[in-house]
Parts: sequence; C-alpha cells; structure tokens
Amino acid sequence: MQWETVIGLEVHVQLATRSKIFSGASTAFGAEPNTQACAVDLGLPGVLPVLNENAVAMALRFGLAIDAEIPEVSVFERKNYFYPDLPKGYQTSQMAQPIVGRGTVEILLEDGSRKAIRIHHAHLEEDAGKSLHEDFIGMSGIDLNRAGTPLLEIVSEPDMRSAKEASAYLRAIHTLVTYLGISDGNMAEGSMRCDVNVSVRPKGQAAFGTRAEVKNVNSFRFVERAIAFEVERQIDLLEEGGKVVQETRLFDPEADETRSMRTKEEANDYRYFPCPDLLPLMLDSAYVDHQRSLLPELPGTKRERFIEQLGLSTYDADILASDRDTAEYFEQVMAACDDPKLAANWVQGDLSARLNRAGLSIGESPVSAEQLGGLLKRIKDETINGKAAKQVFSDLWERRFENADQVIEIKGLKQVTDSGALAQVIDQVIEANPVQVTQYREATEEKRGKMLGFFVGQVMKASRGTANPQQVNALLKQKLDALC
Amino acid sequence: MLDLTFAEMARGLAAGEFKSVELVRGLLARIERLDPEINSFVTVTRDQALERAEAADAQRARGEAGVLAGMPLALKDIFCTEGVLTTAGSKMLGNFVAPYSATVVEKLAATGTVSLGKTNMDEFAMGSSNENSHFGPVKNPWDHSLVPGGSSGGSAAAVAAGLVPAAMGTDTGGSIRQPAAFCGITGLKPTYGRVSRYGIIAYASSLDQAGPMARSAEDCALLLNAIAGHDPRDSTSVSRVVPDYTRDLDAPLDGLKIGLPTEYFGDGLDPGVEAAVRDAVKVYESLGARVVEVSLPHTDLAIPTYYVIAPAEASSNLSRYDGVRFGHRCANPLDLEDLYKRSRAEGFGEEVKRRILIGTHTLSEGFFDAYYRKAQQVRRLIRQDFLDAFDKVDVLMGPAAPTPAFALGAQSDPVSMYLQDIYTIAINLAGIPGISVPAGFVGNRPVGLQILAPHFAEAHLLNVAHAFQKVTDWHQRRPVQD
Repeated sequence: MQWETVIGLEVHVQLATRSKIFSGASTAFGAEPNTQACAVDLGLPGVLPVLNENAVAMALRFGLAIDAEIPEVSVFERKNYFYPDLPKGYQTSQMAQPIVGRGTVEILLEDGSRKAIRIHHAHLEEDAGKSLHEDFIGMSGIDLNRAGTPLLEIVSEPDMRSAKEASAYLRAIHTLVTYLGISDGNMAEGSMRCDVNVSVRPKGQAAFGTRAEVKNVNSFRFVERAIAFEVERQIDLLEEGGKVVQETRLFDPEADETRSMRTKEEANDYRYFPCPDLLPLMLDSAYVDHQRSLLPELPGTKRERFIEQLGLSTYDADILASDRDTAEYFEQVMAACDDPKLAANWVQGDLSARLNRAGLSIGESPVSAEQLGGLLKRIKDETINGKAAKQVFSDLWERRFENADQVIEIKGLKQVTDSGALAQVIDQVIEANPVQVTQYREATEEKRGKMLGFFVGQVMKASRGTANPQQVNALLKQKLDALC
Repeated sequence: MLDLTFAEMARGLAAGEFKSVELVRGLLARIERLDPEINSFVTVTRDQALERAEAADAQRARGEAGVLAGMPLALKDIFCTEGVLTTAGSKMLGNFVAPYSATVVEKLAATGTVSLGKTNMDEFAMGSSNENSHFGPVKNPWDHSLVPGGSSGGSAAAVAAGLVPAAMGTDTGGSIRQPAAFCGITGLKPTYGRVSRYGIIAYASSLDQAGPMARSAEDCALLLNAIAGHDPRDSTSVSRVVPDYTRDLDAPLDGLKIGLPTEYFGDGLDPGVEAAVRDAVKVYESLGARVVEVSLPHTDLAIPTYYVIAPAEASSNLSRYDGVRFGHRCANPLDLEDLYKRSRAEGFGEEVKRRILIGTHTLSEGFFDAYYRKAQQVRRLIRQDFLDAFDKVDVLMGPAAPTPAFALGAQSDPVSMYLQDIYTIAINLAGIPGISVPAGFVGNRPVGLQILAPHFAEAHLLNVAHAFQKVTDWHQRRPVQD
C-alpha cells in the first residue's frame, strides 16, 4: 500500500524580551539556578502577573508578518496541571482567543517550488522552569530561571507531507523570527523547540490517521529524524494489522527513536479558564498600525527584490535572503562594490566555503562585509585581477591586514594596465622564446589561438600575476601577428 | 483613650493628648489579657509595633507626622507582611514568613500606621463563621459562645473587643460586611479594583477586595484614603483619581433616594434583624431621604453563581500549595505524587478541600460550559440588576446578614452556612461597593445595616453611612469585657 504522511508542527519560540512575560525578572540565558526568578516567578502567595508589553508587540509583529488575522481582543487563560517546575500549578497561556489568528507561511521545497503552509494560530504563554535530575542523588532540583520566559507558540495546520517539508517549515519560521528580531532563534539554548504531530494514511484517503505527538524536538535534523522514525513505526504497525494509538512521545537523539511518554487516557484535563488576574488584551488599530510600521523587509520581499532589482538568480536570491545576517552582509558588500552579481558570487562562493571549512557563521566571519566590499571594489575597478583577489582575501581572512587596499599596496598586487609597461614584458617574453615564436608563425590560424595561451602564461608569470589578462591577450596577439 | 474611634484617636495623637507608644502599650496589654479567650490574633508583632510607635512619636515631635502616623491597627493574616508569619489561617502556610509586603501593607506603613499583628481568619478566607481557621475559632466579643462571622472574623472581633481601633479585612462574598454586622462595627468593601490585591493571598481573584473594618464610617474613610489607588503590580486595579474620602462626610443628604430591594426582605430574614434595618431606614427618612421599593430579580441566583465562580478560581489559585517550594510538606514522601497528595491532604482543612473539589469539577472538561460559562453569564445579569436599580435610586439598603451572630458549632451543614452570605455575595459578583454599619440589636447580638452604592461611589456611601452615625449611637456601643 502507498502511504501518505501528514505532519503538523507546534513551534515554541522564545521571545527576545529583556524581562519575563509577567514579571520584571531578567530572561538572560545561563545564570546560576534560581537567581533570575522573582516572587512572581516563584508563585509566592499573593503575587500577581503584569503583562510585558514588549512580548505583545513581538507576537503582534509575527502575526503581521504572516499576514494573519489580528483579533481586537485576546484572552489569557490558565492551563492547570501539577508539575514541580510549574510554580503556580498553572501555566498562563491563551487558548480560545489567541493574539494571532489564521495566517500563512511559505516554504521553499528542494525542487525550487514553493508551498504555503497554513498557520492555525499563534498564542502567547509563559515557559515553566526546569527540573534537574542529574545533579542530585535520589532527589531532583528545580531551576526557575526559565519560569515566566515569554513564548510564542505557533501552531500550523497539518499541511506538511514529508520530513523535508517539516524541516523547511521550521527553517522558514526560524528565518522569519530572526528577521523580525523577536527571537535569537538559538535552538541549542532552547530558544526554539517544537512538538511534531505525525500520522500516516493510505494515499488518496481524505480522513487523517491517528496521530502521535513527538514532544520537544530542538533541531532541524532531529525533526527530520523523529518524523522518519515515526513514519516507519506507524506504517509497520498498520501493515502488521495493528493500530496507532494517540499518545505523546519523546524523541531520543542518542537512540534515534521515539518513545511513548503517555497515552491519551493518561492525558491531563487542563481545565482552561480565563485568568482572573489579567484583563482581556485589547489591541486598537493605531497600535497595530504602529507595529506594522516597525516591520523590517521580510525574507520573501527581499528575495523578490534580489531577483527583480538586482538581477540575481532565483537560487542565489533564495540563499542570500534566507538568513537575516547573510542578507545584511550581502547588502553591505553590494553597497561597497556596486555589483550585485560579483557580491553574490563572493558571499556564496569563497566566503561561504571558507566559513564552512572553519565552522563559523557569517556573523563570526573574520572578513567583515566592509572588508570584502573593499576588495570587490578593487576587482570592479580593475585595480587587481581575480587571481590577486584570492590572495588578498586570504590575507584578510588571516587578519594580517586592515583592508584590501593595504594588502594590494604592501604586496604590490596592483594590476598592471599600463600598456607601455606591459609591452616591455611582452617583448621580453617574445625574445626569450624564439622557438615558440617560430612555431606560432608557422601554425594555422586555428592552432595559433591555442598557442597564445603559452605566451599569456609566461607574461603573467613574469608580472607576478599583476598583469591584466585581457590586455595581455590583446597586446600579445597584436605583437605576434605583426611578426608573421 | 483606647476606646476612641480610629478618627478620634488620630485627632488625639495630633493634639498631643497622648503618644503612640502609650496607645500601643495599652492595646498590647489588652491583647495579652483578652485575646487568649477571643483568639482574634494569630501573630502579635509586639516589638515591631513598639519600635514603629516610637519612630512615629519622634516623627511627630519633629512636626513631620501625617494624619495616621502612630495609629495602631491590625492586618488580617491574608496580607503578606515582610518578615512576619503570614498563614491565611491555614496549616498549609503555618510556617510561611512572607519575604515581601502586600501593597496595602506598604501603603499603610508609608502613612506611619503601626500594625500590632495579624488577625485570625477562616482558612484562605473560606467561611462565614471563622470556624474554619487552623488556629481555632474566634469568639464574638459580645458573647463568647457566638461566632464573630467570617472570614475576617479576627479583624472584626479585635476591633469590637477594643484590641485595636481598626483592622484590615478582605471581602470575597461578604467577609468584611458580615463579621462587621455580627460584631457591631463598621466594615467597608470598596469597588473591585479600587484597592490593590497585590500581596493578598488569593481566594477568588475576580471577587476579592480589601477594605477597612473600624468603629465608624469616618474611620473607614480615613483608612480608605490610605489604601485606595492604582497599583501597577495589579493589572485589575483601576487607574482612577482617588478622592479625599473624608471631605464630603458631612455633605447634606438632601433628596437622597434609597432603594429597598424586595428580595432582601423575604423568607429566612430574622424578624429582629428586619425590624432593626427598617428602623434604620426610618432614621434616614427622618433626615429627609425618600424610600422606594426596587427589585434585584436575579438575587436568588447569586449564591449558586458564587459557588461556581469562587471555587473555580480558588481551585486554581490554591494549586501552588503543593509542598514543593514553601509551606507545609508531608514527611518522607515516597514519590512526587505522594508528596502532592499528602502535603495537600494534611495542609488544607475540610472546607478548603470541599471548594477545591467543587472548582476542579466545574472547570473540568464536559462541565465547563454547563457551570463556569453559565455562571459568568448569570454574573452579568446580576450586575445589570444593580445598574438598573441605580438608575432609579442613589443607594440600596438592606440587612448585611439574614440573622445576627449564631452559636459556635450551630451551622453544621455547609449549604446552610453558605446562605449566611445571601445579602452580601451579589455585591462582589457585581463589583460594587458596600458598607455594613451597626444598626441595632437582637437581644445582645448586633445587627448590621448594609448600604450599597454604584461603582466608585465610596465617597457618597461613606457620606450616607456617616449621616446615620451622627444621629445614632449603635456604633458606639461596646461589649463588656471581663
């Protein structure tokens, strides 16, 4: 039987506010346990939440960026359950009336086509704390530094049909939230996590199969692997005549498998109800318009602009626009050299290769956009040729010089374009290679073309690579032909 | 000097007739003598009080003291008080020393008042008789075999017994007005949102409101001046100018239109209470007020509505008492589940458990629409009843409770106990202010007249109450203490 996979994602994005969603405590990562939790985060008797306006603004900007419906009123609700790292015994979240309604996120598939993934809604909520089981023998510790950290939970429709689509979707969300500056997107620190809902159904069947939810997957790769495992597990189960049960599972990256956490029967009744400590959140249109005016150019718009205005290929535009840091770097380089294609080639080519080899992100590049721009400017104005440029780039990477002009100056890499000086070198080369000159003279027109390469090589060598290759070509041909 | 009203005492301090330290020493001695029997205090903060009294006297000597500097009072043990045991009447918080102070506590401290301690209360403010305290029942100073009312019974009894001239209470379904009525004192529940809830141990967040309990309307006005106002730490507190509540106390009542809700004078109302309340209304008529009958048609729905909404919120608010971070933890838990179950089973009393279970049930899947959502709809109807009534009249009057104080142990059935709040509960559901003023006796048991006003009309409410107290002396009667 042919099976079809159906995937929906719930992505938790940690918002980049300085303080927590309902208290003034800091959200900085990596502090000593329980040093960034105030009375409100600890759930002490009598404390009350006060909503962080910045978290609201960030959630709203996400909604505007995905062209979502923005309801005038949204409501915070309490989700009640007991867990030692949930200080109040409830998590303040949104259910019936979330801040962001239906919207769309476009993903790019491997074959270059695009697909729209529908967003069901996105809501604001507070994070819980963290249980530390390893550090204490026979006991567990609780770190409440995370408690109250603002999260935006983005819930997709079950629109994805493969692990690749799911990870492309996750990348698209990552790109978007980092573009918007509403999250640092740091998955290793837990700034982005997702729950993956996976089911399979016979191809052509309209009804969904029973789904399993894989909790807390925290990398693009793990999302693909967790889905691959789940799909295989569910298909095997069904083909053996079994049934998929609705349950919550955990992905274990070490064993590369998912394991059952709890079944539907064990599921909590969360007893959601509107939080009586927080008034309904009202967003007036002036506030929404103001937040809209703060939106940066979004990845899709940027990509279109790269293609239409800068004349880049779809491929280049996709890659350069897919990440805000890369796009910004590219735009700075382009501004300095005034040649989009040249800038695109270098950012995607030499720079990217070097960064990959060194395992660095573009933000950590030893060659700044300004430095690379300065280098490309010298290629564009023909101060140096391509060969010398690679050497300059290498010197800049090693941080031996401040900028391209300094390398060119000190190393004497300036391209020789003075035809008098070139003619002199060419004359020397002709004189030093009488045999080849004779052969050239006796060759057919067709062969002469190939033999010219030998002389060009000699001239370039004699000029230590600084000669302008086009000029050398033209001058050589002129001189040699004159000898014939 | 110890038997003066709060306002008179403040004037005496200002005039230099006595010092704060003298007041505090005298009251502490009285607490030591009388409170072992009355049981109105959970904690007496003797040393702190004397220190603060001395500081206030010094301040006054320098001419820098405000109206309330050095004024003694007490705080219901539901107000978090930094460095002081704060129990909410529960074993669950029997070891909880609050690391911060409630906004009300901070505001009172800022005016220079001196807290003598924390008063006894029904556990987590759940009760109408003060019999649900982990620290034992409070006795009514008028008759030690009677309850003082709940849940601010400790505050009411302390004021009635002359242990303090004023105390802070909270009122979720009548917990200021009903004990004030039972103990023959004046208690004000302000408009919801008028006084910050920050630092008040939550029972039912959408109903809880702090307010003063003292000897007169004038006392309540002085104290409301100190505690009212917007608090950025409480999102439900209202940002609205705070008037001087003492300014219009003596304003003429001319043309006052009083509404008597038909529903507040029906079955179950003690004839003695009804007679006292009707006599009080006649006093207002003699002062020139006009009386009309009005109807609050959804009154009979108030108690069932309250007992859906309040327990629902309580079940969630009380989830944090899980034995993990603070408060009572059971000994030697086997595992996490055992820790939760035994800590809560041991830490909470019967009435609290009953309400947690009711709330958990009404919020659970499949029942939410039938109970919680429906109750919220009815709540809007109840609120609308009051808005409609206030289109016709300036204030509403009626009894604060259907009977005078009953005997300790007399109400064994929880539902008949819940009916004690029949005239007070709807006011919390509507969020309007209400005051109970002493208006007579049934035998030696005080009767409270309840006066209600539109949202944020506390100044008018106090003006109306004060007018009554200028021509009557019910509020000046004191129980004889040994």
